[in-house]
Amino acid sequence: MLINNFLLLGAVLFCIGVYGVITRKNAVMVLMSIELILNSVNLNLLAFSQLHGNVDGNTFALYIIAVAAAEVGVGLSMVLLIYRNRKSIALDELSEMKG
Amino acid sequence: MLANEAAASAGWFLEHAYLIAVIPIVGFALIIFFGKKLPMQGSEIGLASMVSALVLAVGTTYQWIQLTGEGHEVEPVITSWTWWQSGGVEFGIGQHIDGLAVMMLILVAFISTLVQIFSLEYVRGDRRYTHFFASITLFSGGMLLMVLAENMVQLILGWEIMGLCSFLLIGHWWEERANSEAALKAFLTVRVGDIGLLVGTAILFGASGTFSIAGLNEWATSGEPSHTVLLWASVALFIACIGKSGQFPLHTWLPDAMAGPTPVSSLLHSSTMVVGGVFLVARLYPVFHTGLDINVAGQTVNLIAVIGGITVLIAAGLAFVQNDIKKVLAYSTVSQLGYMMMGLGVGAWVPAVFHIFTHAFFKCCLFLCAGSVAHTGSHHSFDMKKDMGGLRTKMPITFVTWLVSTAALCGIPFFSGFFSKDEIIDGAKHNGYTAFFVIGLVGAFMTTAYMTRATYLTFFGTARGAAAGHDAHAAHDAHDAHGEVDHEPVHHPKGFIFATESPALLVVPLIILATLALFSGYLNAAPFHIEKFHHWVESSIGVELPEAAAFEWINALPSIGLVALGFVLSLAMCKAVFGDAPSPLKGLTQRNKALGAGHAFLVNKYYLDALYEKVIVHGVAHPVAKVAYWTNQHVLDGIVNAAGIGGRRTGEWVYRNIDQRIVDGAVNGSGAVARGTGGALRPLQSGKVNQYGALLFSAAAVAALVLVLVNS
Repeated sequence: MLINNFLLLGAVLFCIGVYGVITRKNAVMVLMSIELILNSVNLNLLAFSQLHGNVDGNTFALYIIAVAAAEVGVGLSMVLLIYRNRKSIALDELSEMKG
Repeated sequence: MLANEAAASAGWFLEHAYLIAVIPIVGFALIIFFGKKLPMQGSEIGLASMVSALVLAVGTTYQWIQLTGEGHEVEPVITSWTWWQSGGVEFGIGQHIDGLAVMMLILVAFISTLVQIFSLEYVRGDRRYTHFFASITLFSGGMLLMVLAENMVQLILGWEIMGLCSFLLIGHWWEERANSEAALKAFLTVRVGDIGLLVGTAILFGASGTFSIAGLNEWATSGEPSHTVLLWASVALFIACIGKSGQFPLHTWLPDAMAGPTPVSSLLHSSTMVVGGVFLVARLYPVFHTGLDINVAGQTVNLIAVIGGITVLIAAGLAFVQNDIKKVLAYSTVSQLGYMMMGLGVGAWVPAVFHIFTHAFFKCCLFLCAGSVAHTGSHHSFDMKKDMGGLRTKMPITFVTWLVSTAALCGIPFFSGFFSKDEIIDGAKHNGYTAFFVIGLVGAFMTTAYMTRATYLTFFGTARGAAAGHDAHAAHDAHDAHGEVDHEPVHHPKGFIFATESPALLVVPLIILATLALFSGYLNAAPFHIEKFHHWVESSIGVELPEAAAFEWINALPSIGLVALGFVLSLAMCKAVFGDAPSPLKGLTQRNKALGAGHAFLVNKYYLDALYEKVIVHGVAHPVAKVAYWTNQHVLDGIVNAAGIGGRRTGEWVYRNIDQRIVDGAVNGSGAVARGTGGALRPLQSGKVNQYGALLFSAAAVAALVLVLVNS
């Protein structure tokens, strides 16, 4: 089945993305992992859109692409600011949020 | 869009007459947003919108004349859209175009255009030039919106826009305290009347279930509504007309409104806005006619006629003692509005409406003449006794236009005012309202007399004060009450001495208006059996009125004679009192106590302002305030104190038994639990983003697992 292939690819990408988010110390790598997660979701949406034969999923995918672009913009600028302040973007050194 | 069958063939202009009101309102928005950036600071938008409104109004008038030419049974052109809905009631907005509305549309558009041209020069260099044009354009839009109103709600909307603009424009030079007080007084006094408008509309809606003007007029004559309902509705609505049109008990705001710039006085406070009340009575005439039993056999007096009649006389009396030329004209306006009301009150509908039409031209012209004199001749003073006199040779065009308009106002035969005012007086006699016939005649006499006085003081005799050129700056300083200090015109070089004729932008509107003051009466000249105007507007009346009397010169003789007498007497008095020759009449009011008292009575405006301030405000509001204070101190405080003591006792008991034992126990217990939980969860808050991410995703994974298990 074609649809299964798409969903499987999406799941694999998602897992790779989650793994990246959890293990990577580099903030840029984490952002890239998040992109992977978002795109795996896009794949899922498109696959189901194809399956049901309507355009709802395509529409959502377009929205997600737009939101992802904005999110990367904000994320990268935050990373840039962190780098300016600390000369490092290693996430394990950032623990100001400790409550 | 609900166009009726008549509208289908009525013609483009009649069907789209609502555009006449829309254009100035759009113009207002454009001026507010972009006006300051434009080369002429927004006045070009105002003028352009008024000219386009005028073009449309001319088209509408032309098509309406065509339509009425085809036959007597003319249906109004009604269009209505739903504005908003509330509780199943639809509030419409639209147009109700008939003879009356068309007449008002062209009148307002025309006068507004001329006044805007006049203002280009008159308010040049003003600090709030753009705002002036914005407000005056919005006013025109509001007035046009009101006159073509399809229903009462739209009429109220336009009515209130006019009130707002009146407030803004009277207070245009608000830096002067007197001006902002006059603006407030005008706004609040009219507001007192506006309550009547809301109450009246509510009564009519409650009884008939419709806001539509055509529907209300039909309903009022159908015999279906009870007489009491119509009586109260018309009384309530008439209170609004009293406020807006400056009728007797609420007329005090109008003369004070002269604090605004002169173009404002000539547009709003003489020719257009203040006839709003008269227009409302004419618009809903079936309601008033039935409610107040106008023209019922044997009736000699009714509310509208009485208020109108009183207004004619008292305002004319006040005009004698004013030194400010604009105040003379203001009281004259009040008096003429009284004529219109009286005309409607005695069933002379067409003459009253015709008087709105002719009065607008000559009174607007008179105000603009006063503006021209002040702008050029008397260095921004409006004081006839101090700063004018002898201007007839120096300002010939202003003088001639003033004379023509004055003749029209006095009702001298063959000028426009004669054909309208005399018909009102004649109608009062013919319809059996003898008392009002006499009042009309006396009013005509007084009108001529005070206008002769004003003309003499302004244009004849020797030049005084600023008009003579000497001491111009002292005079200027003394008359900052008009706020013209902000408005030092750029074209007066320093050391400006002699009065000359005003620039073309001021003079051209004067000439146009004076021409109309001379000829507009021939649209409905009874002596020549011309009844064009009557034919155009008669479908708006809505009720059967008694046939107008056939015109005979013998009937017009008393008023013509009195006008002549008033002129001669007043001229003789003026020559004696204000002339150069010594005369026993000079200083008579200082020497003779009775005359002095009469003079003081008039100067103090019959003590009406004092009555409102001292008696009503002090006599009613202060005791009310005192009673309220006493109640507050003794009754309310007692209750509050008792409640306080009771509350304290209860509180103590609650504190001891409930608060300390039960609530605190619960609170302490929950606090301990929260602390324990917090301590246990503390290690999770590492501050490490990756750990948070891991927690998030594992939680999501668990949730997904649960979902799958539940759904399978």
